Amino acid sequence: MSYIKKPKIIRDNDPRNKLGMTFDDYEGVMSTLCAGCGHDSITGAIIQTVFDLNIEPHRMIKLSGIGCSSKTPAYFASQSHGFNSVHGRMPSVATGANAANSELLSIGVSGDGDTLSIGMGQFSHAIRRNLNMLYIIENNGVYGLTKGQFSASADIGSTAKKGAANLQTPIDPCSVAITLGATFVARSFSGDKDQLIPLLKAGLMHRGFAMIDVISPCVTFNDHEGSTKSYMSTRETKRQAVYTDYIAPFSEIEVQYEEGSSLEVDLHEGGKVLLRKTDDSFSPLDRSQSINGIQEASDKGEILTGLLYINESQPDFTEVENTIDGALNSVSYDDLCPGSKALNKLLDNYK
Amino acid sequence: MTKVSHNNFTVKFANVNGTGSSSANGMFMKSIFRMGIPVVGKNYFPSNIQGLPTWYEVRVSDKGYLAPSGSVDIMVAMNAQTYDEDLAAVEPGGYLIYDSSWPREELMIRDDITVLGVPLANMCNEKFDSARARTLMKNTSYVGVLAALLEMDTKVIEQLLLDTFGDKKHLIDANKTALDMGFNYAKENFKCPLPYRAKPINKTDGYIMIDGNATAALGCLFAGATVGSWYPITPSTSLMDAFSSYCSFYRKDKKTGKNNYSIIQAEDELAAVGMALGAGWNGARSFTPTSGPGISLMSEFIGFGYYSEIPTVIFDVQRTGPSTGMPTRTQQGDISLCAYASHGDTRHVCLYPANPEEAFYLSVEAFDLAEKLQTPVFVLSDLDIGMNDWMIKDLEWDDKFKPDRGKVLSSEELEEMENYYRYLDVDGDGVPYRTIPGTNPKGSYFTRGSGHNRFGGYTEDASEYQDVVDRLLVKWETAKTLVPKPAVSFSKNNDIGIISIGSCDDAIREARDIMKKQGQKMNYLRVKAFPFTKEVQKFLDAHKTIFVIEQNRDGQLEKLLISETKVDAKKIKSIRLYNGIPIFPKDVVEKIQSDLKAGKAA
Repeated sequence: MSYIKKPKIIRDNDPRNKLGMTFDDYEGVMSTLCAGCGHDSITGAIIQTVFDLNIEPHRMIKLSGIGCSSKTPAYFASQSHGFNSVHGRMPSVATGANAANSELLSIGVSGDGDTLSIGMGQFSHAIRRNLNMLYIIENNGVYGLTKGQFSASADIGSTAKKGAANLQTPIDPCSVAITLGATFVARSFSGDKDQLIPLLKAGLMHRGFAMIDVISPCVTFNDHEGSTKSYMSTRETKRQAVYTDYIAPFSEIEVQYEEGSSLEVDLHEGGKVLLRKTDDSFSPLDRSQSINGIQEASDKGEILTGLLYINESQPDFTEVENTIDGALNSVSYDDLCPGSKALNKLLDNYK
Repeated sequence: MTKVSHNNFTVKFANVNGTGSSSANGMFMKSIFRMGIPVVGKNYFPSNIQGLPTWYEVRVSDKGYLAPSGSVDIMVAMNAQTYDEDLAAVEPGGYLIYDSSWPREELMIRDDITVLGVPLANMCNEKFDSARARTLMKNTSYVGVLAALLEMDTKVIEQLLLDTFGDKKHLIDANKTALDMGFNYAKENFKCPLPYRAKPINKTDGYIMIDGNATAALGCLFAGATVGSWYPITPSTSLMDAFSSYCSFYRKDKKTGKNNYSIIQAEDELAAVGMALGAGWNGARSFTPTSGPGISLMSEFIGFGYYSEIPTVIFDVQRTGPSTGMPTRTQQGDISLCAYASHGDTRHVCLYPANPEEAFYLSVEAFDLAEKLQTPVFVLSDLDIGMNDWMIKDLEWDDKFKPDRGKVLSSEELEEMENYYRYLDVDGDGVPYRTIPGTNPKGSYFTRGSGHNRFGGYTEDASEYQDVVDRLLVKWETAKTLVPKPAVSFSKNNDIGIISIGSCDDAIREARDIMKKQGQKMNYLRVKAFPFTKEVQKFLDAHKTIFVIEQNRDGQLEKLLISETKVDAKKIKSIRLYNGIPIFPKDVVEKIQSDLKAGKAA
């Protein structure tokens, strides 16, 4: 047996969401990642997110590429269809799946290796299309399954386990995504669920391409002194640009913020994103401020986290394509086939 | 040449690309077709937008032979660059028409043909004002010249102008003027008609003229395909162009006007096939058209689709390889590639249409097969089929047709099941049951290209792994019973057989007629699908000598037959014609006969 099903224990007093489902109902098979892997915390945060959002598991699909991160869709939402594709090419599968049925929610899980090297092209073009999906990059700066090579997100000077320093410029997925026109860009840390879960919720409910770069330390190959993606280093250098809350449709806003420091963004599905600024010079509603903010933080050796950019007004892929509102895979064949009369008429053009 | 030939000759147009010649050449061919005379056009064009040589060859054949004849009776030499070779290409006794606005007597060194000079440029410069009209109308004028020389029905041409340009009166007038100009010049200056004549008959009723990319696109439309992803590549591009244009007319939602389809221009072929698989997995009928280089790029995903069992249809409109090769020339060079595309043990269902008619029907069938077998299915067309206009029988559609979506479980069926497992062979035919995302939480499963067991779980267990790949072989056996059977022409009196594939068909049909007249009869089988069905084995067993004819250097069909059937390889004589031009019947005859002679001599 090469995979382990988690024993399902349901207790009477387990909390249930509005669908009557327990937290366990949103779990998957047992993770085979290393103990302490940041990715497992992200999996936990995803489970909490879809539980809280009362998502019917079969109305959601989960997709991934190849790598440690891409294994994780097996570890949550076992009642959702999953698609573990080929290296770097999950965005194309998500695009086709979205074209076939745009009514399903899509969660894509990728890594820095999967997205920022072979996957760079497809990642960029999913952004161009404003594909309606939540795209999570579990970013640890290192290739895990092949044992410790630097990835394209490794910072200059960050050292490998055996001491060699990376000399190549890192690719920052957030800066790239904002520049390419992504409509929701956030950064978080696997060790900070309080920050991560509201971002996941808002990202999943955002209409269009929502990218969350989650620093997710690799305990085996990149959690040592000298690594800029270790737990220790990330905790020390991360700085929250804005505090983000997701407010579900028809719910009361319970938090009170000082006037002038907070912003609300209405989401298409009816919910809201509530933002509290930490710095007057940075607003996630302004693209150039976002890019500057990320760069300035990086220059100071900080990792800027939180919701870095949001634009809810861009049409998504199916809207641009003018595809029908419902699921394309449910259109009846009678509506798809022009029939013999139409064919005969068409043939006249070729006479 | 004194003997009059009715409806049996070849006209070749030598042009410069980008000068608008293709519309005039098409108009010439279509007029012949409308006169009831079987005709076919072959376009030999460069991989270029403007300024390079391009040829269009129109074969008029009262017998309805559709392969190029391989000889030119009348050359319309409009390109100074290629004048020498065009002059040399004319059959003795033939004719060459050229633009005599410029003297070129020193080049006319053939006295076995008749050279007819028409001052096309001068006439058009006088008559038309704009530079573009002067260029374009030269083309229409030579059609007028041909109309007079071949005694064509000018009313048919005029009607065609009306049908083509509709309410654009200035275009109709200009073309009519140019047509008359050429016609009158020929009448006044040459002895009309020539011994070659187009005489109206009644052999094109019930036929259309269309290219195979358009018919393949129609197949997608009628099969109910909703998601098409692609990356532009010659010669497959016009397949998606055609699908897009049909969809914009036939696939609008009646209430909202929105699209009942999604056409996605991908960033590359890696993504195009990923999208097709994503859509196929999510319950849409999906396809991607490409050519050889695209298949190379798609190969990793194709293996994924095979192993994780996702239906989609891949059109490979083959062109000349290897590498970029000659993108605007035809070949059957991807037979091996598509049969086994991807790493590891992979084998794929491939369909091989012979002409645009079959491209339609096999395209429809490909979607059914992909879903019945839950696997990517290839349709291997080629540039000749895809981009040339062929005369084919009117396409027919049975309104009772319902697409066979294969084994897909509904929400109700899932509710009644205790457990659902994606890769369990319940029926013993190697085809498991599939569920569409969004249907029912009980139908969820995890699709992966990594090792999986029959329950859909990840595995690295030796026997669990082998169990699934062995079951895929059972499915392969099932495929043999579902794919289209070959086209066979058989008489037990003949001990020589020909096996061929795709667009070789018309050249072989004609070659067999030629050899039959000479007393050499041969049986013929054309494979329509891989895996090979039992009829192929039977045909191989029934002959002492089998000529395998194909358009590639390495005998890819021959090798596929040797490795995938129990044929004695010594019986097979391989004939390979692969210069990028559609094959000529006379070359087929010549190759077979020289081989038979060599055999006798030995």
